[in-house]
Amino acid sequence: MEFELTEEHRLIQATVREFAAKEILPASADLDHHPRYPEEIIAKAAALGLMGLIVPEAYGGAGMDGLANAIAQEELARASAGVQVIISVNNSLVCDPILRFGTEEQKRRYLPRLARGEWLGCYCLTEPAAGSDAMSLATRAEWRNGEWILNGRKIFVTNGAEADLCIVYARSEATSGARGLSAFIVEKTFPGIQVGKVEKKLGIKCSSTVEILLDDCRVPASNLLGQRGEGGVIALATLDGGRIGIAAQAVGIARACLEECTAYATQRQQFGRPIRTFQATQWALADMATRIEASRLLMYRAAWLRDRGERCTAEAAVAKLIASETAMWAAHRAVQVFGGYGYIQDYPLERYFRDAKITEIYEGTSEILRLVIARGVLGSKGT
Amino acid sequence: MSVWVLVAHDRGTIRKITYELLGKARDLAQDGRVSALLLGSGVEGLSPDLAARGATEVMLVDDPRLAGYTTEGYAAAVAHVAAESPPALLLIGSTAQGRDLAPRLAVRLGAAIVTDCQSLALQNEALMATRPMFTRKAIGTVRLLPGRLWIAVVLPGVFPVPPKHERRPEVRRIVLPPDARIRTRMLETRSIERETVPLAEAEVIVSGGRGLRGPEHFALLDALARALGAGVGSSRPPVDSGWVPHDYEIGQTGKTVSPQVYIACGISGAPQHLAGMSGSRFIIAINKDPNAPIFQLADLGVVGDLFEILPRLTEAVKRQKSAG
Amino acid sequence: MNIIVCLKQVPDTEAPIRIRPDGSGIEGTGLNLVMNYYDEHATEAALQLRERFSGTVTAVSAGPERAREALRQALAMGADEAVLIQDSALDGADHLQIARVLAAFIRPRRPDVVVCGKLSTDDNAAIVGPALAELLDLPQATAIAKLEVADDGTRAVVHRELEGALEVLEVPLPALLTVERSLNEPRYPSLPGIMKAKRKEIAVVDLTGLGLSAAEVGSPAAVLERLEPPPARSPGVQVNGADPDAAVGAIIAFLSERAKVL
Repeated sequence: MEFELTEEHRLIQATVREFAAKEILPASADLDHHPRYPEEIIAKAAALGLMGLIVPEAYGGAGMDGLANAIAQEELARASAGVQVIISVNNSLVCDPILRFGTEEQKRRYLPRLARGEWLGCYCLTEPAAGSDAMSLATRAEWRNGEWILNGRKIFVTNGAEADLCIVYARSEATSGARGLSAFIVEKTFPGIQVGKVEKKLGIKCSSTVEILLDDCRVPASNLLGQRGEGGVIALATLDGGRIGIAAQAVGIARACLEECTAYATQRQQFGRPIRTFQATQWALADMATRIEASRLLMYRAAWLRDRGERCTAEAAVAKLIASETAMWAAHRAVQVFGGYGYIQDYPLERYFRDAKITEIYEGTSEILRLVIARGVLGSKGT
Repeated sequence: MSVWVLVAHDRGTIRKITYELLGKARDLAQDGRVSALLLGSGVEGLSPDLAARGATEVMLVDDPRLAGYTTEGYAAAVAHVAAESPPALLLIGSTAQGRDLAPRLAVRLGAAIVTDCQSLALQNEALMATRPMFTRKAIGTVRLLPGRLWIAVVLPGVFPVPPKHERRPEVRRIVLPPDARIRTRMLETRSIERETVPLAEAEVIVSGGRGLRGPEHFALLDALARALGAGVGSSRPPVDSGWVPHDYEIGQTGKTVSPQVYIACGISGAPQHLAGMSGSRFIIAINKDPNAPIFQLADLGVVGDLFEILPRLTEAVKRQKSAG
Repeated sequence: MNIIVCLKQVPDTEAPIRIRPDGSGIEGTGLNLVMNYYDEHATEAALQLRERFSGTVTAVSAGPERAREALRQALAMGADEAVLIQDSALDGADHLQIARVLAAFIRPRRPDVVVCGKLSTDDNAAIVGPALAELLDLPQATAIAKLEVADDGTRAVVHRELEGALEVLEVPLPALLTVERSLNEPRYPSLPGIMKAKRKEIAVVDLTGLGLSAAEVGSPAAVLERLEPPPARSPGVQVNGADPDAAVGAIIAFLSERAKVL
């Protein structure tokens, strides 16, 4: 067993930490108070190589492993969960499946653009009637005159407003459930795809969350991702990586809470002494630190397993579950440590509180994750 | 013990740090000689002031090649003077020139060197110097071992200026050898004219941070500084935002100051800033955030709006001055 | 153009440090170490020179194993080569000894430019740069805020910020430069750059490898005797500025009665 990061991983961590502190953190409050897509930050992130972290150098990316990606995502989320999710989706939900399931032609066409930040990607799975039960989705893909025709409505699409490219899951086969699904790479300029309603959200406000409408959307045969009927497999394999990204986001938010509280507890005087000298404060900080450590190690383990090419569905679910619940819990405690200052917008705590909540919901609610973990524990006996 | 002080002067004026060093040199020399090492061109007229502040002799190297400071010109001159009978200790002020010269001299003279000194004392044949380290999160004591010349580069404002005593200067003229090699060439010195006092000389410093909200509001600090006879500085954010030039900056990546009073306006007190000013004798902080770390250090903390307080303070200082 | 940049790995200035109970130094465990801030500017200056004149940038550090990370960062930013000078004889070395060791490495390479940060943020000494210039018999310009190198690469014009003045200085090359933070904006090591740097070797040499004897390095003449926390400031008074006139009264009283500057 080896619990130390390699020199490269530490350098990546230090670099992204500095980038986040300098380029993201100063804007993070304003991006929350006046939500807008952080175009300049994303351009700088792309220049650094963040938009294609996991894309091999041959396709214009940074060529890093999943563990490095997780380390980088934590640092980004420490500064802004909203900015981080934009970058994380591009990597884990768009570049990753193209890399794993795409043809050589697809990789050459899309990965360099995504990695250089010229194009932004999004992932279209959820539908109004297919949330946690995603495999029951109703969007249809019909093979007509040598091309695919897509019809349906996707919701809660992160990055959807700005995205140039969408990974769309649709039912191409008569079979019900996961086996009837296929995945498609849909460029925004293809006829028949448009952005619908733009959601207003509780947190992660600078990332867009939109409806994507497919109305006789024409997709060339060469844009089928993977095989016909392989969509369910792709969606689930992608989510393993995506969940590690959300775990990293949650750890980043929780760490922000801990670091802000630690600084505040040293400065803030009550009853004539810094509040860090009170046991109630110390225990809150100690509990936060403990849960963050546990979450981070589980996140590292899931990423490490996935990098080795091993199945990590249960491990990724464990990491996301504990990390997201830690983030929400830490934000709750952190607001309390700050008292009244935690509740007002002059301090970042209330933002962490709002941002943390989404980590318990997207890419698998805590309830679905428990189901996935129970299957892992119980095997077939659970069903 | 013989102690030399390298005279820092600028456009015909001796810098205050020189007097501070002469005072300390007298303490350390006890009955020994305190020599002021005066390098320049046409600078002999500065000798009486040096004698009055404690120099027992003035060693003068007056040469057109020393008209402006160059590292190699000064290094050659000091080395030449020291070749005859080197002192035990050479004190140099921590100015841009002093910091540029001292390490080069240390190598040339085979000396031991310590920089950023804020206290100096002799102990068992060694020179003990204290100096801020790790962004002033620690104070280090450095021992310079006996057996070689010592060079100490001293922070401005840490030693008092000795009182003036009329004394006739004993001037010893030394000729710079003709072969002194000076490879750099001074093209131009642009003085930065300010109405306020230079930071290294200021007894009071008024300093502004992010809380000033924009470059135009530094006028509030200028007005207060003029009324107080103070210098104006800043923390890092105003420099990074381009509100004021880099030479305003006080902190780890700027200047280190130790004035009698430091008035921090709209400065939160990041470690990086504290590194440059926490050696101030008294600190007054004005900030609207009651939890700003600067209040941990402040002898007087005012939780309030600097835009309301500063103009009133300036007027009050003016009234006080005209009354007193 | 043959460019050498000297680096140091130091504790992060924004993080707290813990002084060892015996005052012999700071605790190494749990310490976040980074490339010295000014050395990032020095590396950037070196890379910009190479981009203009072509040639190589060699990063060198004399220090413990942990200095490797600073060198790795320089490689990731784009340096061509990195060398770590490591020798147990350097434990407790003073600045002039370090300068002698660096000089022994640099001298045979006959660089056109040697770049250093204007100081390192751990001990703030600002000694190694100018000492190195003297040892290498190079002209120097310290704490430069602007650098313009002539097209033929034979001389540079630099700006230095003095107290109350700006100095414009012409320096013939080869020269040693130490850099101020206003000189440039250091690039981040790009992530592809980090992955490329991973494949580059960091050469390690000891004093024997540099042809230096222990006698030539000498013994330290400046010794850090102890480290202490700064004297605690006695707790101050806080006044509420909601009534600005009362606050002004308190400041005036403080200035005249306690600080005695009015």
